[in-house]
Amino acid sequence: MSVSPTISSVSAAGPRGGQILRYTFVERVNHWLAALTYIYCLMSGLAFWSPYLFWMAIVLGGGPTARFWHPWFGLIFTLSVFGMFQAWRVDMRITDADRAWKRAIRHYIRNEDEMLPPIGRFNYGQKLFFWLMFYGVIVLLVSGFALWFVESIPWSLRWLRYLAIFLHVTAGLATIGAFVIHVYMGTAMVRGGFTSIVRGEVSAAWARTHHRLWYERITQQKTSQN
Amino acid sequence: MSQASLQIVKISGHAGTVPGAGVERAEQVCKLVDTTTCIGCKACEVACLEWNGYTFAETTFDNTYQTMPQTAWNYWNLIKFNEHEREDGTLQLLMRKDQCMHCADPGCLAACPADGAIVQYANGIVDFQQQNCIGCGYCVSGCPFDIPKFNPSTKKMFKCTLCADRVTVGLEPACIKACPTGCLHFGTKDDMKVLAEDRAQQLREHFDFKDAGVYDPAGVGGTGVIYVLHDVKNPEAYGGLPRDPHVPWVVRIWKGPAKWLGNLAMLGGILGVTLHYLRFGPKEVGTSKDQGAQP
Repeated sequence: MSVSPTISSVSAAGPRGGQILRYTFVERVNHWLAALTYIYCLMSGLAFWSPYLFWMAIVLGGGPTARFWHPWFGLIFTLSVFGMFQAWRVDMRITDADRAWKRAIRHYIRNEDEMLPPIGRFNYGQKLFFWLMFYGVIVLLVSGFALWFVESIPWSLRWLRYLAIFLHVTAGLATIGAFVIHVYMGTAMVRGGFTSIVRGEVSAAWARTHHRLWYERITQQKTSQN
Repeated sequence: MSQASLQIVKISGHAGTVPGAGVERAEQVCKLVDTTTCIGCKACEVACLEWNGYTFAETTFDNTYQTMPQTAWNYWNLIKFNEHEREDGTLQLLMRKDQCMHCADPGCLAACPADGAIVQYANGIVDFQQQNCIGCGYCVSGCPFDIPKFNPSTKKMFKCTLCADRVTVGLEPACIKACPTGCLHFGTKDDMKVLAEDRAQQLREHFDFKDAGVYDPAGVGGTGVIYVLHDVKNPEAYGGLPRDPHVPWVVRIWKGPAKWLGNLAMLGGILGVTLHYLRFGPKEVGTSKDQGAQP
């Protein structure tokens, strides 16, 4: 099911020649919903994390306002991530091709892409990011509820309050690390990646270079369709 | 309560040093609660409500003298009634006035992320400044005594102020003023400690309370409210008074090493990707090599 958008996409991209639809409109909307809600949670969360970053809460409308919206934006972010899970979980499964790619990851880091084995729609790093965010958001959701309704946790079970703090902080920091790398790669490092998540399309050359198995799959499907 | 006239020594969620801390010395103030002479009349509860402008809350009935299960955002002072069975089978009614303990090392203040929402005055009073409170509830997790309470309509935290407004102008706290038996005392910490120790000694020597003692827990640096207990070895019997209260170690790590490690990791990540870009640059596709390779 997850590949169906790309099938139609190739034919849809027909007139534009050489452009391939990488992300459907719905996928893009969902990605940017996740991005904006995550950034709100990130900034307000950092404000509550360190007094030296409390100015971020001021930017977001002041401490009480940032505190009010943080859990609600967190809920929207969670739903958005679950939407991504629904859309991409098949494509995000880690395959043998990914394991081969992972062994050669130093070539990816050094931009020696011609020495990398071919891979599907997403590379191992993207998959790692996806699963970290998916499991991270589940931890953040559960621990976040405990922090949101901290007084509902009885005094005799107060270790749950402490556990919630530990989990929320740990998961938050883990997602921040992943987020920094994700933004760097999506904007500065992998040229064409940012355009693909905004306008949805990549060039055939881009698809062939970075995701050859995916490229071959959808172009063959296109051929067989025709 | 904003108490601009009191010298502040600790500020929650504050970037940098505390302005003017240490320029003025102040006597440490202290409430002494002698549980052995408390009669459970609840005059202190009423006085607290009256002075702070709250109305009496709806009471509950659970077959004991306890008319309310715990303190609330608008009910800062509550006597906890505990029916305690002694080893010889006789019953002892333990009554303890529960309120903020005004720790020398306040866990609420350590946990608070909002600049100036919790302050500690030079006289030892720990006070919430609701105009700076963001309502996050971190203080709930920081407190070892289960004291800060959330007002859901204003989304601010509240607790006993030790009547900072009265103390500032030389008055004793309202609860002290109202106590009819003299089981509540107010003065300097040093004086109250002497008074408490004297009373505990009296209980040990002249009454059948061999384990009478003073509750002034060192784990939180001592408190601005101290108790004389019939049995200092069993504070839990007095409605969950913790034997050895500490600021939770999770809160300590969270606000201490974890913060610096986390900040270093975040900066390291940003530095790492920047260096990567400077060293290896972007991945570009669409150079002449790729053009025309495919129709």
